[in-house]
Amino acid sequence: MNQYTKREDDFENRRTHLAQLTESEVEARFWSLLDEIVSPLLTLAKTHTSPSIERSVLLRMGFSSLEAKPLVEEAIRRNLVGHGVGHLVYYKATQDCITIREAGLAMLQGNGWEALEVHFGQEVAQ
Amino acid sequence: MMSSLMPNEKIDIHAILDDLENYRPKRRGWIWREKSAQQTYGPFQYRDMSTALVNGIAQPAASYFSNIDPQPENTITTEIASGRFEDDIRRMRMAAWHGADHIMVIRTAGQSHFDGLIEGTPQGIGGIPISRKQVRAHRKALDLIEEEVGRPINYHSYISGVAGPDIAVMLAEEGVNGAHQDPQYNVLYRNINMVRSFVDAAESKKIMTWAEMVQIDGAHNANATAREAWKVMPELMVQHGINALFSHKVGMPKENIALSTVPPTAAPAPCVRLDLPYAVALRDLFKDYKIRAQMNTKYITSSSREATVTHVMNMLISRLTSADIQSTITPDEGRNVPWHMYNIEACETAKQALSGMDGLMELVALKREGVLGEEVRQLKERAVLFLEEIIAAGGYFEAVEKGFFVDSGLYPERNGDGIGRQLNGGVGAGTVYKRHEDYMAPVTAHYGNNNVAQYDERKVSEPSALIDGCTLEKPEKIIYIDELDPEDNVNKRLDETEHYRQKEVPMITPEVQWLGDGIVQVDLVLPTDARTAQYAAVYFGEQMNLKEVEVIHIEALHPSEGSRVQIKGVLKVDLNLSELVIPETPEVYDDDTIRHIFETTSVKIVAGTVGEDEHSVGLREVIDIKHGGIEKYGCDVTYLGTSVPIEKLVDAAIEINADVILASTIISHDDVHYKNMKRIHEYAVEKGVRDRFIICAGGTQVTPEIARKHGMDEGFGRYDRGVNVATFIAKTLTHVTELAPSDSAIAEKEA
Repeated sequence: MNQYTKREDDFENRRTHLAQLTESEVEARFWSLLDEIVSPLLTLAKTHTSPSIERSVLLRMGFSSLEAKPLVEEAIRRNLVGHGVGHLVYYKATQDCITIREAGLAMLQGNGWEALEVHFGQEVAQ
Repeated sequence: MMSSLMPNEKIDIHAILDDLENYRPKRRGWIWREKSAQQTYGPFQYRDMSTALVNGIAQPAASYFSNIDPQPENTITTEIASGRFEDDIRRMRMAAWHGADHIMVIRTAGQSHFDGLIEGTPQGIGGIPISRKQVRAHRKALDLIEEEVGRPINYHSYISGVAGPDIAVMLAEEGVNGAHQDPQYNVLYRNINMVRSFVDAAESKKIMTWAEMVQIDGAHNANATAREAWKVMPELMVQHGINALFSHKVGMPKENIALSTVPPTAAPAPCVRLDLPYAVALRDLFKDYKIRAQMNTKYITSSSREATVTHVMNMLISRLTSADIQSTITPDEGRNVPWHMYNIEACETAKQALSGMDGLMELVALKREGVLGEEVRQLKERAVLFLEEIIAAGGYFEAVEKGFFVDSGLYPERNGDGIGRQLNGGVGAGTVYKRHEDYMAPVTAHYGNNNVAQYDERKVSEPSALIDGCTLEKPEKIIYIDELDPEDNVNKRLDETEHYRQKEVPMITPEVQWLGDGIVQVDLVLPTDARTAQYAAVYFGEQMNLKEVEVIHIEALHPSEGSRVQIKGVLKVDLNLSELVIPETPEVYDDDTIRHIFETTSVKIVAGTVGEDEHSVGLREVIDIKHGGIEKYGCDVTYLGTSVPIEKLVDAAIEINADVILASTIISHDDVHYKNMKRIHEYAVEKGVRDRFIICAGGTQVTPEIARKHGMDEGFGRYDRGVNVATFIAKTLTHVTELAPSDSAIAEKEA
């Protein structure tokens, strides 16, 4: 059994600090408290990524869902996902002077990952 | 290639699927209904109607008001869930004709845990697997349907689960207009890791913002889940607030953020009394946001009548407050996944209720002083206290861990039965990664840190310029996958039912959700108790040659006198339509035309049941104004009663100088009805008055052919009503007038 809180309705006691507020002040308080709650969630989202986000980037770069999934999995396996999987493909394409699709398809064949590890690995170390 | 739809032709599913890989949607973004300059329909002045449809079907009672079909200003949603997207297309078209302009095709069970896009067209359970091919086919069909009905139709899908951003991109690319997106839904109801859910949600919402989709949140699920739904109201406001503000801060405009709100209770609870303060509090707090008013499902049963009444009361709340989107729940949702006709019933219920309550707020006002105002204030304060405790607990994640949500207590009351999730638990736990300083994604509509400047400072505001545009600017870059499963796909399913699509040999069978499903519903009253009736009904269904008979609804009329049972079963019978004999549709004038003709010619009628015949019901239905009979057209009817001698009928007509004689003759023993007709005709000839009268006979065994053969001008059978008789009279009178040359015409000719 969980240990979640059980309590009687103590609304009258809890609300004493709200009692003197006007209706619009209560509403303003609702929104400012919400802002306090959602702001850290937005910061978290700004600074983190996920397999789904990375796949969605690859989809937008012109890869199919069947191509995006293994590319992201490989990037995670090689600890490169934090640079952005689309970034890895973009970097390879510019380095090798090939198209984005050619770069991604080569990576799907297992090509070029070591070079990416070297490049991005060094940057991380700095 | 199908360029447009014709109302008298079925939509060609093969044509929809043809060349789908090259199809691009006509537009993107949501379109709201607008209040129309035209507010007059028939004899009525409306206040809040939107633009009328070019093609639509009016509610049945519209036939009393020259078939007017006013369309409320609220977007009307229908939810379709058959599991076969190809059959859903036909239902979308039906729903659009009945006023739906927001089509939600429910997602199959289980897709929210599928980490990636589903491709192809596998069959779903209680909905469809959302895939690019399915979405594209639906949008392509709706692009045609919206032109047919003359109103934009918003297509809606789902951006939740562990593959939210993948799906968001695909829906944006395919021109989907609205979607459910709420990370709290993932967390609370799908047990998807909460960190993953919120990180993904920001990306999804950013993509939705680019696509100008309307977002609907998931708060209504708390209402459906909580043990006592009316107690979760403070929490619902908190849930709406979290998703709404999170979305807005990602960049979504408030006018594209809709709160999914449900009146929490249903009668016999005093639901309007309980639901109204909540609805008012919500609209106060979220005045800049949109309201999607859902109907109550929590307390739905298998009674479709009861559900409809609940839903009408829900729409009273919508009219007393507001509803930008009026969602509909089909009245059969309590017993099966929605069937075609119940989607249509739900759309019609919404259209009927909202147009019937048009202009209500010009006449009534909400009494904010007193108990309503006090309860509204109290709900707001309870929501504020909830937020204070979330912050005191350390934030959103901590509050979820401590089981704050979906607790059945009226907050701050807590019953300790909420849904709790752990920070590192659930599907997809441990799959969120910190972005490095150099993290980069060269695409449009990407949320958060994106170090484009390391490659080109000029492209920071347009990251996809690094790759010469992404699929959002250049849809030709989209990679389309057709089918992955050689067995479970639309082509196989269509093959199985192809004989129902052949035009050469048109086969037909009843259906409720899929072409050829053969399902029928039968209503029985059995004079026994409910338990006995339940089993007896199955027996009767089987005797009707139905297979797989199931009881879908049972209701006691009395503990022993009777029970009402609804059963469903499969009727395995096909009909070849080319072998079906259909009599020609009799021509029927509209009421105004008949009235006009009767007014100008002042028609007098003598009527009676002739011979030794005491039947009166049929003739009275044809005559009486109460039954919609010919009296309503303003003619003068002398009714002589039953068992009227032939001679008396004709003599009366002579005496009052009538234009028409109506003889009812029901008894057909020994062909007495033929003989009666013949005698009326002969007697009138004898008297030298046959030409003065239109003489008609009617009865259950009378056909026009028999009647005419026996000297009548026309005969009317068991399916004819007053309007058929009146049309014949009107037609004959105008015909005579047209043929009889006027004096002036004769004069012209002679000249």
